[in-house]
Amino acid sequence: MFEDDAIPVEQIDRNVFLTTVDWIYNWGRQYSMWPTMFGLACCAIEMIGASTARYDIARFGMEFYRASPRHADLMIVAGTITHKMAPQVKRIWDQMPEPKYCLAMGSCAISGGIFKSYAVLQGADEILPVDVYVPGCPPRPEALFDGIRKIHQMVRAQSIKTVRWYRNEKQQA
Amino acid sequence: MTNEEILAKLQEAFPDVALRVQTEETKDFTLIVPAERLVDVATHLRDHLGFDYLSNVTSVDYPDRFEVVYHLFSMKRGGGVLTLKVHLPDKEHPVVDSVTPIWPGANYQEREVYDLMGISFRNHPDLRRIMLWDGFPGHPLRKDFENRTYTYKELEPTRPKPPNW
Repeated sequence: MFEDDAIPVEQIDRNVFLTTVDWIYNWGRQYSMWPTMFGLACCAIEMIGASTARYDIARFGMEFYRASPRHADLMIVAGTITHKMAPQVKRIWDQMPEPKYCLAMGSCAISGGIFKSYAVLQGADEILPVDVYVPGCPPRPEALFDGIRKIHQMVRAQSIKTVRWYRNEKQQA
Repeated sequence: MTNEEILAKLQEAFPDVALRVQTEETKDFTLIVPAERLVDVATHLRDHLGFDYLSNVTSVDYPDRFEVVYHLFSMKRGGGVLTLKVHLPDKEHPVVDSVTPIWPGANYQEREVYDLMGISFRNHPDLRRIMLWDGFPGHPLRKDFENRTYTYKELEPTRPKPPNW
């Protein structure tokens, strides 16, 4: 290295940052969380509304609704899960790679809502491991953002040393 | 063409068929046709009386019978609806002739009736369930269907195997 290329000492504290692996890893995941482009009923309209300019989900770094579940980190179950649709919902969830999170949006995804019927699955948690429930019929976009911030808190609390998707099967068992 | 003219022409063409006019319960002109002569009467209605449009096929579950209801219109002549009804006294396995060969638009609606009410249509080109999957227990619009909630695990064995992709 030539003498001239040396970084002046006064610039080092502006260009060198110290952090933990956990913090930078979780910070990156939290602000690039991509949901699946996937809506089941009227809650999906609120979810779409949340992504438009008025509510602007892009403030949280998640304006990309991915059409392929293989690119997605978050599944927003927005709407009524009928028994006809349930295997497909489960299949999309199974196609998502770890780390993945599930948010049940609205009464129907939480408990079947008003549909106590032969045709409707009584809650997404029968087939998916739901992380956050957002009540409402449908929830307003602000409520959805609150649930998403809860997911962000979950992400921040995780440590790369203990998360299950970096463990091998022996450790998991 | 008034309703009385339609009835007179039908009776002229089918002197052996006992057509009944239902008047008490409805203001619409309603003909009750014997199930075994439905295709003959429907073909005559389309070819000679101008009823070229089948608007609706549906069904009703009564305590003593099933009823299949057809709503006919004439596009070239205009005018009101003509309702055909067929009584099916067999409550276990009701069967009626399909009108899909006469009006192709009946195809999906007859499949819906088959799916939800369990009425079979003879000579239907593609009689499969349209909304529920094959193997679903029962026909949900029948009165004796117990409307309760199912768990995912409970219905899983009835489903067809998913494609392996």
